Amino acid sequence: MAESMRDIKRKIRSVQNMKQITKAFEMVSAAKLRRAQEQAESARPYADKIREVIASVASGTQGVKHPMLVSRPVKKTGYLVITSDRGLAGGFNANLLRTLVKTVAERHRSKEEYVIFVIGRKGREFLKRRGYPVIGEVTGLADSPEFSDIKQIASKAVGMYADEEYDELYLLYNEFINPVTQRPVEKRLLPLSDMKNTEAASGPKALYEYEPSAEEVLAELLPRYAETLIYSALLESKASEHGARMTAMGNASDNASDMIGTYTLQYNRARQAAITQELAEIVGGASALE
Amino acid sequence: MSTMQLDIVTPERKVYSEQVEMVIARAAEGDIGILPNHSPFVSPLKITAVKVKKGGEEFLVAVSGGFIEVRGGTVTILAEAAELPDEIDVERAKKAKKRAEERLADKQREDIDFKRAEIALQKATVRIQVGKSG
Repeated sequence: MAESMRDIKRKIRSVQNMKQITKAFEMVSAAKLRRAQEQAESARPYADKIREVIASVASGTQGVKHPMLVSRPVKKTGYLVITSDRGLAGGFNANLLRTLVKTVAERHRSKEEYVIFVIGRKGREFLKRRGYPVIGEVTGLADSPEFSDIKQIASKAVGMYADEEYDELYLLYNEFINPVTQRPVEKRLLPLSDMKNTEAASGPKALYEYEPSAEEVLAELLPRYAETLIYSALLESKASEHGARMTAMGNASDNASDMIGTYTLQYNRARQAAITQELAEIVGGASALE
Repeated sequence: MSTMQLDIVTPERKVYSEQVEMVIARAAEGDIGILPNHSPFVSPLKITAVKVKKGGEEFLVAVSGGFIEVRGGTVTILAEAAELPDEIDVERAKKAKKRAEERLADKQREDIDFKRAEIALQKATVRIQVGKSG
């Protein structure tokens, strides 16, 4: 026998400990996932409402132009990447960052052509180490982030678009499909070109009174809407993160169970072999005495 | 007395959703009182306490970064932050107010910090006002 019984026993014990931890982690993530989903749910009315107002303002008034609604020639691009602070979530961050690296490599020739905002420690470390042009970052967000936590980075990202520092802004995050499936997606946040068509035709049209004027209302609402979209993406990403971690930890627990099974088998074999050997020795000793 | 639906919504949650009789808020160009059957109306709100009348009683809601929309018998206030009187920690607001005042007293700062401190001061003042009313 290559390994002694004691060694195998030690291994079993250590795997058992690990399994306990991954199991606990899995359950914690499941609870957090539920909360994150609820939060994402309760953020929806706000975003829907703003969207509704903007759509009716944009459709109800003719000739209102706002830079956020108009596409302009793209010279520079902004990306806002939402990753997690902690790992142990399977391919959650790796998949997203791979998507980012691929897109950037396809679309741009030099680092002058784009800038990156990053939320989450994992993304920040990855991008900074590789020398990507990161110009804004937020880390250490709580599991249920508040709007004020990301307000600053969101308004910076939107403000730089308004100042024409870049001409489009993309949002990269893990889309929540269901608790076991997340998919990295890239969405164009600005310019909000689809705004005018989507809900213009449907719904009752209201002729609003604006104070101070339609243009100014729109100018106030649009940046806020963009910030809200960033916030909802963050909430969705949080839900995805917990989902991914739950799945990863579930797999780890299953693997641990398998390993315990294999080791237990090995241990029993070793035990039997030891007994057989002892018996053989006793029998050998007895027959030597005869 | 006729009533209308009032919804106060922030990115995090629905703060308030009930039938009320009147809403008084500070819009872009001055105070505006909204009664049922008001014509459609949109305006940004100042950082203030919004007064709500319901069942003959009045109460205040602290609103910052807000927007008001009136349409078809519903009033919607969209705000970055909104709090009802019993949700406000007056002590905390007082501390925030003091901090903001100190910052404002220090004139050497740059404009952006100055503006931020001013906003913080307004928010804190409104919170204290609303918190005490509850």
